[in-house]
Amino acid sequence: MFIVAAIAIFIGMVLVLVRLFVGPTLYDRVLALNSFGTHTVLFIGVLGFLTGRPDFLDIALLYALINFIGTIAILKFFRYRAIGDIPRTPEKEVEQ
Amino acid sequence: MSALETAQQVLSWIFILSGSFFVIVGALGVLRFPDFWSRLHAASITDSAGVILLLIGMALQVGISLIAVKLIIIGVFLFITGPTSTHAVANAALVSGLRPKEAKGLTGATPEPHS
Repeated sequence: MFIVAAIAIFIGMVLVLVRLFVGPTLYDRVLALNSFGTHTVLFIGVLGFLTGRPDFLDIALLYALINFIGTIAILKFFRYRAIGDIPRTPEKEVEQ
Repeated sequence: MSALETAQQVLSWIFILSGSFFVIVGALGVLRFPDFWSRLHAASITDSAGVILLLIGMALQVGISLIAVKLIIIGVFLFITGPTSTHAVANAALVSGLRPKEAKGLTGATPEPHS
């Protein structure tokens, strides 16, 4: 039963990965990356049950945290072109 | 195996199989939908239905234990951060000037210029 879920999530990962490489705009790629991370969290959890070691759920929780932070960091970088402090340009307002 | 355990197993199978179905449906929608704004809906199917059903199925498999608590923590975290990141992506796309393509028939005529 877990092998069915693992195969289904793997197929979903492949389909989302195709959209990540094909995607016409940047935001399609970011959306596909976020969805790929969610699939990966589920896949790690199911794989832990499949091999009889449910301790993999700690890794899945850690991956969920990293996925959320990574998505927000990518969006911030492509909006402000900087990850740390936002450079202030006096003549041209960066925001909006 | 008592009747209660059998019912638990069958319920767990149902949850995991329907969760797998929703995961595949969401991924297929992300791949096949024509527009960014419609792909957002398909991605949120995986984020809501697939995650919740699969995690409930796995929690029914182990019963009441520490692993079920970890599954609930993962579920609550994904339940909060999934809509948040989807909203962040949509807001960034809207600010950058991406607009939805208006549907003029199934073949999709040329979109009208917006603003």
